[in-house]
Amino acid sequence: MLRILTALWFALLASTAQAEIDIQEITSPGGINAWVVEEPSIPFVALEIRFRGGASLDEPGKRGAVNLMAALLEEGAGDLDAQAFQTAREALAARFRFNASDDTISVSAQFLTENQQEALALLEQALINPRFDQPAMDRVRAQVLAGIASDATNPRSIASAALYAAAYGDHPYGTPLDGTADSVNALTRDDMFDAHRNTLTRDRLYVSVVGDVTVEEVGPMLDALLGDLPAEGPALPEDIAFGLPGGVTVIDFDNPQSVALFGHAGMKRDDPDFFAAFIVNHVLGAGGFQSRLMTEVRERRGLTYGIGSYLAPSFHSETVMGNVASSNATIAEAIDVTRDEWARMAEQGLTEAELDAAKTFLTGEYPLRFDGNAAIASIMVGMQMIDLPSDYVINRNDYIEAVTLEEANRVAAELLRPDDLHFVVVGRPEGLEPTR
Amino acid sequence: MTRFFAAFILTVLALAAKADQVTTYTLDNGMDVVVIEDRRAPVVVHMVWYRVGSADEPEGQSGIAHFLEHLMFKGTDVLEAGEFSQVVAVNGGRDNAFTSFDYTGYFQRIASDRLDLMMQMESNRMTNLALTNDDITFERRVVLEERSQVVESNPGAMAREQFMAAQYQNHRYGIPIIGWQHEIEQLDMPELLEFYRQHYAPNNAVLIVAGDVDPTDVLAMAEQYYGPIPAKADLPDRIRPIEPPQRAERRVTYADPRVSVPYLVRSYLAPQRTSGTQQEAAALVYLAELLGGSPFTSDLGRALQFDSQLAIQTSASYSGMSLDQTTFSLVVAPATGVTLSEAEAAMDDVIAAFMENDIDPARMDAIRTQLRASEIYALDSTQGLARRYGAALTSGLTVEDVQQWPDILQSVTPEQIKDAAANLLNRNQAVTGWVVANQEEAR
Repeated sequence: MLRILTALWFALLASTAQAEIDIQEITSPGGINAWVVEEPSIPFVALEIRFRGGASLDEPGKRGAVNLMAALLEEGAGDLDAQAFQTAREALAARFRFNASDDTISVSAQFLTENQQEALALLEQALINPRFDQPAMDRVRAQVLAGIASDATNPRSIASAALYAAAYGDHPYGTPLDGTADSVNALTRDDMFDAHRNTLTRDRLYVSVVGDVTVEEVGPMLDALLGDLPAEGPALPEDIAFGLPGGVTVIDFDNPQSVALFGHAGMKRDDPDFFAAFIVNHVLGAGGFQSRLMTEVRERRGLTYGIGSYLAPSFHSETVMGNVASSNATIAEAIDVTRDEWARMAEQGLTEAELDAAKTFLTGEYPLRFDGNAAIASIMVGMQMIDLPSDYVINRNDYIEAVTLEEANRVAAELLRPDDLHFVVVGRPEGLEPTR
Repeated sequence: MTRFFAAFILTVLALAAKADQVTTYTLDNGMDVVVIEDRRAPVVVHMVWYRVGSADEPEGQSGIAHFLEHLMFKGTDVLEAGEFSQVVAVNGGRDNAFTSFDYTGYFQRIASDRLDLMMQMESNRMTNLALTNDDITFERRVVLEERSQVVESNPGAMAREQFMAAQYQNHRYGIPIIGWQHEIEQLDMPELLEFYRQHYAPNNAVLIVAGDVDPTDVLAMAEQYYGPIPAKADLPDRIRPIEPPQRAERRVTYADPRVSVPYLVRSYLAPQRTSGTQQEAAALVYLAELLGGSPFTSDLGRALQFDSQLAIQTSASYSGMSLDQTTFSLVVAPATGVTLSEAEAAMDDVIAAFMENDIDPARMDAIRTQLRASEIYALDSTQGLARRYGAALTSGLTVEDVQQWPDILQSVTPEQIKDAAANLLNRNQAVTGWVVANQEEAR
């Protein structure tokens, strides 16, 4: 019965599913743009808001301010202190999440149709009138400091901090957005109000709404929610090149395993070769068990539980990165194999069969991502932030299909530079010589 | 990390889909089938759950359930090693597996028109695994690296192993799901195959299909692929050793220089959800919310994080989804300058005050509302719903139990919570664990 499997594979590929969502682009009366999908089958709404800038807008000497500010948005607003605000939110069973990352403040909200007005009014207070009460600030500051202390004994965090410091120096990308114990201890309430005014601005606002709501309702809803935010924020930081040459850095840490984070400069998201690079990286290290790195380092040699590589096109710099953990006795071999695979892909490229398999996976997997209101809202807001049009959802698989073997292999040779790879290794690696 | 191991019992509350979306069936060979319809996207989740987990392992063979889970991705009589996942990927799907105390599960997420192919392959590996010695040698290294990464490199996970070993002195919940390193190192072909032969059978499995499917089609497909596999007549009963009465408080201090912020865990033996009698478990869900659900409104959060500011973090967790007796845990991380003894005393004061005072009706209403809303939000994740049914049906519950659970949660009264708390909160049925960087912090 199962002998027919192999024959079946490719016969099935023709009917790749399409993402069946109807994105409506609107501009509110007040001028706020948003993408909306009406999905009335479950009585709730998922709202995703992003502000570009995020922790990259920390002012000099104030590292950690934007992160602490974002954590305080749920800690009291308007007439409500932290406990009163959360009591009100719980009574509505609304869910709000505020988060700062390198280039973004994200606000994720889910609320029931039955009390949508009350939930939005509460969220508006958090976004427009946060209190930044001193007791709340001191309490959350202590939590952030605990996180900073925890990162200092976490091999992954140690590796990440060292690599990005060496690659980006004084640029915001060169330091963790949490800040240091010193910088966080020095932050004042005024710094919170400054960070709020600098980062939650309408000129860098992206919105998507999915769920039990009509497109007509959304414009007035967003004007009421976001219309009172400042119009403009300060200048964003300059772009910066990845400044770390190839090599190996070893950081001593008493642990049975070594953790390696590695990478070199990458490709911009709007580069015409991006889809080719995406496919090359998929075959190299992002395709789960089928990727070459997983096959060679895990399946064939048992050197790790997991290894992966990824393209990281950020707003101000772009990298190809990867990570692996292996016992102290075997990490050197894992790194050798990784470098060899990097070189093999750069020199020989991928095979027609690998290209086909990658395309069928990537095109088949794409529609599976659109499987819930919250998931769709998150994808749509992410697309807006990198200037993709809404019909990208329809055309994206064509871009993948259009990549030829010649293109992919040319891009592999340009993108992957084994001599430029820098490995930051945290642990007690055996037989691994640091280059500096 | 893929092909992960589910060491941590989910603290997420279990909730049910609307009953009219769910169709159930049992094949003649005893395999249970649950179909959950969700037509929003052309996607299906196909899962097979086996009623076998680490707590069903023979003595001295800890980790064998999880090791076998890894090996299920090797070859069969008709599939090459790795081909299963390769076929899933080339069809645009993702696959993975998980092992817990009470179950082992395999799943694929894929376009709904590929369900047939998934069933072909999944039914094939139920009884036709064909392992080589090399498969075992290399995968054993992978599992040991996994243990090294997930447990040995994580002081919190190391501490948890010690606490669980202290909590369960007779039942195998005291042994880590991934296994002890020295026992993983010894696992080999004969015992792995014996474990596979004993437990992998249709009458020990639950099929869950969730997504854009017609239940009638799914049942026909299940008959075609899983139906012909014969039931196993000598399926072992899942009778585990019962914990003897605990008569003394147990205390463990785990010291590890990688601990940056000390904390304490109080973990009480607690009743699980059992078929037909889920009321006490439902009361414990409320108790966890009342004591430590939200740092802003729970008793521990208000007292320790706001009023006295003795702690930077507090929480309570309980999941009743367990075949045998489970745990109810409280965690407190003291503020700088506060000792663990002081934090623990403050925690015990909160517990004592809870027992003395009436439960605030407004808090009851808020929790009830949130539990009802969680049921609505849960409908957004088909895979989440599928997992709830799979976990329930392999943990001694029925489809009816899953569907009654939201109503049972809504019906919980303050008196039931007080009764459940009185039964639970006995330090002679608990482990108190301290996690510190060094002995100086253990005071």
